[in-house]
Amino acid sequence: MTKVQTLDRVVIRFAGDSGDGMQLTGDRFTAEAATFGNDISTLPNFPAEIRAPQGTLPGVSSFQLHFANYDIVTPGDRPDVLVAMNPAALKANIGDLAHGGLVIVDTADFTKRNLTKVGYDENPLENDSLQNYQVVTLDLTGMTIGAVEQFGLGRKDSSRAKNMFALGLLSWLYSREDGGTERFLAEKFAKKPAIRDANIAAYKAGYAFGETTEVFAHRYEVSPATMPPGRYRQISGNAATAYGLITGAQKAGLKLFLGTYPITPASDVLHELSKRKNFGVYTFQAEDEIAAVGAALGASFAGALGVTSTSGPGMALKAETIGLALMTELPLVVVDVQRAGPSTGMPTKTEQADLLQVIHGRNGESPVPVVAAASPADCFDTAVEAVRIAVKYRTPVIMLSDGYLGNGAEPWRIPTIASIPPIDPGFATGTNAVDGSGKQVFQPYKRDPETLARPWAVPGTVGLEHRIGGIEKAVDTGNVSYDPANHELMVRTRQAKVDGIVRDIPDLVVDDPSGEAKVLVVGWGSTYGPITAAARRVRATDRRIAQIHLRHLNPMPANLGDILKRYDTVIVPEMNLGQLTMLLRAKFLVDAQCFSRVRGLPISPSELAGELTEAIDGLATEK
Amino acid sequence: MSTDTTQPTTGHPASPAYRGLAGVPLSLEPLNRKDFTSDQEVRWCPGCGDYAILAAFQGLMPEFGITRENTVIISGIGCSSRFPYYVDSYGMHSIHGRAPAIATGVATTRPDLGVWVVTGDGDALSIGGNHLIHAMRRNVNMTIMLFNNRIYGLTKGQYSPTSEIGKVTKSTPLGSLDQPFNPVSLALGAEASFVARTIDSDRKHLTEVMKAAANHRGTSLIEIYQNCPIFNDGAFEELKGPSAADALIPLVHGEKLVFGRDGQQCIVRGPSGSLTVAATAEVDEDQILVHDAHRADPAFAFELSRLTDSGVMHQSPIGVFRDVERPAYDDLAREQVELAQQGTDDPEDALQTLLDGKDVWVVA
Repeated sequence: MTKVQTLDRVVIRFAGDSGDGMQLTGDRFTAEAATFGNDISTLPNFPAEIRAPQGTLPGVSSFQLHFANYDIVTPGDRPDVLVAMNPAALKANIGDLAHGGLVIVDTADFTKRNLTKVGYDENPLENDSLQNYQVVTLDLTGMTIGAVEQFGLGRKDSSRAKNMFALGLLSWLYSREDGGTERFLAEKFAKKPAIRDANIAAYKAGYAFGETTEVFAHRYEVSPATMPPGRYRQISGNAATAYGLITGAQKAGLKLFLGTYPITPASDVLHELSKRKNFGVYTFQAEDEIAAVGAALGASFAGALGVTSTSGPGMALKAETIGLALMTELPLVVVDVQRAGPSTGMPTKTEQADLLQVIHGRNGESPVPVVAAASPADCFDTAVEAVRIAVKYRTPVIMLSDGYLGNGAEPWRIPTIASIPPIDPGFATGTNAVDGSGKQVFQPYKRDPETLARPWAVPGTVGLEHRIGGIEKAVDTGNVSYDPANHELMVRTRQAKVDGIVRDIPDLVVDDPSGEAKVLVVGWGSTYGPITAAARRVRATDRRIAQIHLRHLNPMPANLGDILKRYDTVIVPEMNLGQLTMLLRAKFLVDAQCFSRVRGLPISPSELAGELTEAIDGLATEK
Repeated sequence: MSTDTTQPTTGHPASPAYRGLAGVPLSLEPLNRKDFTSDQEVRWCPGCGDYAILAAFQGLMPEFGITRENTVIISGIGCSSRFPYYVDSYGMHSIHGRAPAIATGVATTRPDLGVWVVTGDGDALSIGGNHLIHAMRRNVNMTIMLFNNRIYGLTKGQYSPTSEIGKVTKSTPLGSLDQPFNPVSLALGAEASFVARTIDSDRKHLTEVMKAAANHRGTSLIEIYQNCPIFNDGAFEELKGPSAADALIPLVHGEKLVFGRDGQQCIVRGPSGSLTVAATAEVDEDQILVHDAHRADPAFAFELSRLTDSGVMHQSPIGVFRDVERPAYDDLAREQVELAQQGTDDPEDALQTLLDGKDVWVVA
């Protein structure tokens, strides 16, 4: 019997043609690992084309999974294991594999023609180009066809189950024996019995092949991670965003109206919410991005929670309506699942280059609160927070996520609904002022002295009839006004309202176990994982580093300026050319330095750790 | 003023008689024109056609019987879009072209509101063309009043998407080049279930068409010919005054398509198969076509819409071109939500179950 070796962590990448089912395979392995109790982090990576030309490099789709017996924060730098279903998948991914790593290759597609198609002059499985890796070549396709022969599917349909054969083999290799995948397949293909049975048979055959073959020297075990007590599930960022929005709306007692237009990588927010009408959720697939946000604003005017979801190009189109929302001072939540730009950019790749767009990208002085999620599970809390601020302050709020968070998954400690504080919509119910003649009247722009929020008087409320719009408003009455002094006062008041939210958000807590770090690393959004991983590596070498991570980007927490000034060096890793860095420098006059990567992929923790180490060591030699 | 959504105590019916307003609460006390007049000074140019439309609307609203607070008017940008400020109801003067989209959000979430959209030819047909056609396609329950003056007024006189070819304006000193839209034809092509046309100078006709629109469930589009005395004065002159009888082709459902001072003109199907104007005296009585606004096929309404001049206006049909039954988007959307909500006892429990998902593991 094969020896079992215990590991702390493993990074596996499944790679194949975009039609090979790699995302499904990765999802299932993730589910198995999560249910087993490992901590997990995933990185799906796929082409924008639904079916890119078969067997080509642009057509390669991959799914990387990091699972471990401790809490991990990234999908991993370099895979330890690569499963390559064809020559293109091997070529596109082999460079990332750690030296000594395991490559499992399906040899079925390694024909001369396919090799030439991706630029291999000779078969890499037959020369010494892979000598730094443990290579296991198997005819996965052939074995799969053999295993499912009895179901009478054609050769093509039979071979399509090869991803399940590979999954079965990997499940054996990593000592997973949960019946979850079989149950999943039985449910997924319930209406196609032959396909269902073939996939289950392929999965079982892959597992059995592992047991009987002697090609693997070891079998591995990764024990469950030690995590805080609680009930857990696996969740993707887009699902967590949708759940957070539903929760926020329920906590506020409001109907949720999502007006949206399909766009990668945000569409899953729509897909998820459109399945949840039982929570009073309305989903409106509009004719364009502008109508999507317009309808959402109309719903807010009518007393619902208006929400719109999009990505960078859609944000650009929505800018004018977000301006109207801030002028009419109505609640609105705008979710921007960022992707690589500019323009169409790389729709399926991640980036965080919309920060300046969402903070500044509107005409006039137009302050809008901005919050950003740090991890897939954190999308839930961030969405609830966006709803809270929008409703309490009668303002559009922009929530930033990104493709990496939206599609990535991690374990989530499921919150108890009862523990989430209620949100009070505080609808206006009666008059709030007395006019010159002593008559009780309603003034739609008379503000709450503490929050500076205006009353939310919804149609149907007797006696509070009023008109709002995008033209400058007179103080209190909300009538059209072109008065210069009034305009200046209103501009400053709108700014003061958003600035004042600072009193309602928590101070940052610096993570510096030593308490003596001289270098501070500042992050926002999805760089949380890579930054945390890099900081751990730096600390493991007995160096000191302090870390803070911003959820609130506008306004920023009250103690941020003081924190920044305490450190000799401030480094800001960002998947852009330095957008937060610019804001910090402008706002706090600190010499913040950007660690910038814009490759459409999460920042590499090892690269960042190197940079941080240099910064720390550089300071030491200076002195 | 108080409201009661179930049992009115006045002479008003339990539910508005107008089908587009079904579900909107009725006022307990009869309202009058003044109740729908806000304290804001009306600031259109003297002689603007908008005054007549506003007056007709304010005069008609009490007849619908719905409360002021359940009346919502959404407008875009342009002269006509100032309309909501002058009506003492709920209203939003939004951004250019987007009123139908915003109104869709209002109408979908609130069946108890009567929703009107006020827009112009530039607002609805240029910058907001997409929202207009999609609102009509969906059949969201609202009435869209499109004030067509065939010019950009608020920006001081550029040609619009309904201006005739060759229009000399500030932006087209050598004459405009582009073919105008016929708003009625456009609406019919966009699957609109109710399409009508009226004119600012005929208060009675204006009122009748607004009533018919309110009686339609779904999107009602009313094109209103509206004179701009400053930048396009007289654009509809031929359709007014003594010449009107010979220029306007009144569309009355179930009645023969006859017009002219003494009914001397009529609409027949010509030898080529298309509709033409003929002298009543020269055709057989049974050749004269009868208007049918309820035809499922919009082709006949479209043919009628093509009797409109696209250049300088000498001839135009007015009235209801099309009025057919089709489920309203917002009614269907609410139905889906209500159906999905059936059997949900405790929303908080249901939400907890959703968050829990199917594969939960416990760390002790």
